Amino acid sequence: MITLLKNGRIYDPAHVKDGVVEDIYIHQGRIVPKPMDEAKISQTYDLKGKVVMAGAIDMHSHIGGGKMNIARMMLPEYQQKQLQEIKNSTDHEVHICTPHCSHHAVPSATDTGFRYIEMGYTAAFEPAILPANARQAHLEMGDTPMIDKGGYAMLGNDDYFLRLISQKADQKTINDYVAWILHATQAIGIKVVNPGGINAFKFNQRKQDLDENNVHYQVSPREILQRLSRAVHELGIAKPLHVHCNNLGVAGNFETTLNTMGASDGLPMHLTHIQFHSYGTEGDKKFSSAAAQIAEALNKNKHITADVGQILFNQTVTASGDTMMQHLNAKHANPKKSVIMDIECDAGCGVVPFKYRDQNYVNALQWAIGLELFLSVEDPWRIFLTTDHPNGAPFTSYPHLIRLLMDKTFRNDAFAKLNLDAQAMSNLTSLEREYTLYEIAIMTRAGAAKLIGLNDCGHLGFGAQADITVYTDQPDREAMFAKPDYVFKNGELVVKDGKVSKVVWGATHTAKPSFDTTIEKDLQSYFDKYLTMQVGNFKIADDEISDDGRGKIITNQKKS
Amino acid sequence: MRSLMHLAEKTNATLDHMHSDSTVRNTLTMQNDGWLTTTLAEVKNRADVILAIGTDIATSHPRFFEKAVWNTESLFHKPTPEVIYLGVPAEKTKAGTSPNGTAPTVIDANADKLPEIINALNALLNNKLNNKKIKEESAGGVSVATLMALVNQLKAAKYAVIVWSASSFKFSHAELTIQSITQLINLLNESTRAAGLPLNSGDGDSSVNNTSTWLSGYPTRNRYVDGKPEYDTYHLSTDKLASSSDALLWVSTFNPHSPPATTAPTIVIGHPATKFERQPEVFIPVGVPGIDHIGLMFRLDSSITLPLKKLRDSQLPKLSDVIHQIEAALSSVEK
Repeated sequence: MITLLKNGRIYDPAHVKDGVVEDIYIHQGRIVPKPMDEAKISQTYDLKGKVVMAGAIDMHSHIGGGKMNIARMMLPEYQQKQLQEIKNSTDHEVHICTPHCSHHAVPSATDTGFRYIEMGYTAAFEPAILPANARQAHLEMGDTPMIDKGGYAMLGNDDYFLRLISQKADQKTINDYVAWILHATQAIGIKVVNPGGINAFKFNQRKQDLDENNVHYQVSPREILQRLSRAVHELGIAKPLHVHCNNLGVAGNFETTLNTMGASDGLPMHLTHIQFHSYGTEGDKKFSSAAAQIAEALNKNKHITADVGQILFNQTVTASGDTMMQHLNAKHANPKKSVIMDIECDAGCGVVPFKYRDQNYVNALQWAIGLELFLSVEDPWRIFLTTDHPNGAPFTSYPHLIRLLMDKTFRNDAFAKLNLDAQAMSNLTSLEREYTLYEIAIMTRAGAAKLIGLNDCGHLGFGAQADITVYTDQPDREAMFAKPDYVFKNGELVVKDGKVSKVVWGATHTAKPSFDTTIEKDLQSYFDKYLTMQVGNFKIADDEISDDGRGKIITNQKKS
Repeated sequence: MRSLMHLAEKTNATLDHMHSDSTVRNTLTMQNDGWLTTTLAEVKNRADVILAIGTDIATSHPRFFEKAVWNTESLFHKPTPEVIYLGVPAEKTKAGTSPNGTAPTVIDANADKLPEIINALNALLNNKLNNKKIKEESAGGVSVATLMALVNQLKAAKYAVIVWSASSFKFSHAELTIQSITQLINLLNESTRAAGLPLNSGDGDSSVNNTSTWLSGYPTRNRYVDGKPEYDTYHLSTDKLASSSDALLWVSTFNPHSPPATTAPTIVIGHPATKFERQPEVFIPVGVPGIDHIGLMFRLDSSITLPLKKLRDSQLPKLSDVIHQIEAALSSVEK
C-alpha cells in the first residue's frame, strides 16, 4: 500500500529543494524512495502546479496547561456572542484577519487541533510548561487531536534551582536537575521566563534587570541564563534554552535584550517573542522601535535565534508565566479583568485580556516593530514565525501574517491606515523585502524542526514522517495558506479543501538526556520538607501519555 | 469526566456538578474581575498571615493546617503564620490553634454580615492608602477599630493569604462578596504581597470544572446542542432542569451521594453504598477512584493534578469503562 503524490512543486529547504517538480511516495506513514514495484501504489494524487511542503511546525504557541484553561474559564464570551461580534466588527482595524481567521484566542483543545491542521500545521509546541502543572498541560495536549505536540519546561524561577545557585552548586548538579525535570515533565526543551523575576515578585520585587539580584537569593538573571544555557548545552539537548527576557513590554527594554544575547557566553539561546523586547524610548511619547538595533545584533550573533511574537489588531488575551510583568500590565486589561497566580514555589502565571488597536500609537508601533524585525533579520533559519499565540494574536491569523511578509503592497497599504504618529516612527515602508515560499518553508518547517531537534519532521526526505501540506499557488497568500488542498498526517489524508476529513491523534515529542539519578535523593527530601506533593507524583510516567490508546511518545535524539 | 463529556456530546445532554452552586460563584467572580491567588506550597513556605473568611477550613479540608500551616520548616525560615478567623463561630476555630498553643484571632461576626464587613475592609484600606479618616464606628456589627487592626495586619504582612469557601457563603449574590475579597487582595498587592485561596467543595469539582473547560471551552454548567457546546450558569443548573429534563444521569463515585428528587427517569452510576429514597430506574455501582482503581484528580488549588492509585482489588467496574460501554451501545442502536 503506497501513496503517490505526483508532480507537485516541492519546497523542502532541508534538502535545498526550491520548487522542483518531484514525486513523493508514502509507505506506512513515512516518505520512501520510489518503489521497485509500481503495482504496489494504491493511491495517486496528481498535484500538478500545486505547492508541496512538509507539515508546518509552530515552535511557540500556548496550547495547553493551566494558564490557557484559566483564560478559557475567564473569557467564555470569546466563544459566545462576542466571537460573532469580533468577526463582524465594524472597527476600521487595518486587518482583522478576514475571512479565514476566526480570531478565537482561547479555543478548546479540540478546536486547537482542528484549526491547526486546517492551516497545514502538523505540530505545535507549548512553550511554558510549569513543571508543577505539567500533568495538566499533557492532559490538555493529549486531548488536542490531529497534531503532534510537545513543550518546554519552565525553570529559573523555581526555588529549588535558585537555592542550588545561591549555594554555588556545581554545574553537574544543575545539569542533573535540568535533565531530571525534562524526564519528569515529558518536555523537549527548557524555557526561562523573566529569569528570576517571577520568583522575585513573590518577594515583592516589581522589576528586575539582567544584573539585578533577587533580594532573597542574591542571584541575578544573568547567572540564571548562564547556568541554564550551559546545562542545556552540556546535556546535549537540541533545543537551545528558550528565553523570555526580563522587562517584557517596557519602553527601553531593547538594551536588556541586547545584553541578554551576551549572557550565555556564546552558547546557543533562543529569544522568544522578541518583538515585545525591542522597544526604545525615543520620540515625544518615549516609546519607539528598536527593531533595527535588535535585528543588527541578531544578524551578528550567530548563536542566537528568535521568534517574533507578531501582534495583529483585535481582541486577544495575554497568558504568560511572567507574573511580575502581567501584574503591572493588568491595568491595561481589556476587558478589565486579570488572573495572577503564584504557583507551588515553582513559578506563576498571569492572564490578562487585551485588545490591540491600530489607532493606538503603541499598538500600531508594536505591529510595525514585529514586521521590521521579520524583514531585517537576514537568515530565515534563525527567525521564526509566531504571534506568541494568543499573546500577540491567535494562531489562526498566521495566513494573514504570511501575506504581510510576502506582499509588500498589501503590507504598505495596511501600514498607511495605522496611527499617524506611529507611522512617523517606523521605517517599515523602506523595507522592500518580500519573503519567498522557500523562506516561509524554512521559517515554518525546516528551521523550526532543526531548532527543536525533530529529526523526522519539517522535511520531505526519505524516512521523514509523512506530514505533508499541499497548497494551490495563489497570489493572495493569505487565502493560499489559510486553506490547503490536502494535508497528510503520518501519510493519511486528514484535511481536504481546508476541512478535516478524518480525525487522528498525534504524538508527544520529548528529549530525555541521560543523567546521574542520585539527584533524586536530594529532590525527595526537598519535596518532603517543603512542597505539598510527593516527588513520585510529580513525575509523569510514559504510560500516562500513551496508555489511552491515542497518545504516543517520541523521544528525539540530538544529531551529532 | 472525559468520557462523560463525550457521552453528553453524543446525547445533547446538559452537564452540571453537584457542588457547582459554589463553583459558579467563584467562576462568576473570576469572569467579572479576575483575581490573584496562590497554591498550597506557597502557603506552606510564604504565608505569615492567614485570614479565613466565613470558613473554618478544617471541616472541609481537615489536614490543611497540618500540611500547609504548622510546618516547622520552610524555605525562607518564616515564623508560624498568624491565623485570623472572620465570621466563623468561635467553637469551630480550634484547628487554628498552633501546636505550641497560640490561639487564633477570632473576629466575631455574623456570617450574614460578611458582605458589609468585607466592603468595609476595602473602604478602610482605600482610605488608609489615601490618608482619609472614617466616621462610622462599626460595620456589620464589628467595630471599625477591630477592622482597622485587621487591615493594618494584612498590610504589614509579607505574604498574607486570604482563604474563603464559596460554599460557606449562604447569602444571595455571594459572588459579589467574593469579588470584594479579591479586590481587597488586589489593593494589598499595590504595596505588599497577598494572595487568595478559594477552597473547593470536593467530589471532584475542580477536576470537572477544568476538564470541561479544555474540552468544550466552557467551565461547568454547559450543554451540547448538536455537537456545539453552550454555556449558561443560571439556566443550566440541576435544580432548574431536574423536573423538566427527560432523563437524569447521576454520577457520584467518591461518596455515596444520592440523586436529587425528580420525576424524570433516573440512572445512577455511583458509589456502591449509595442509598435511595426513590429507587432509580437503573443503578450501576462502580469502584471508587483512588481506592478501587487509578484516576486523576485536580487539587483544590486547581494547578496541581495528582494521580490516584489503586489500593485494593475490586470486582466493581470503572466509571469510564461503564460510560464507554453505554456510548458503544448507543452507537449500535443508532446503526
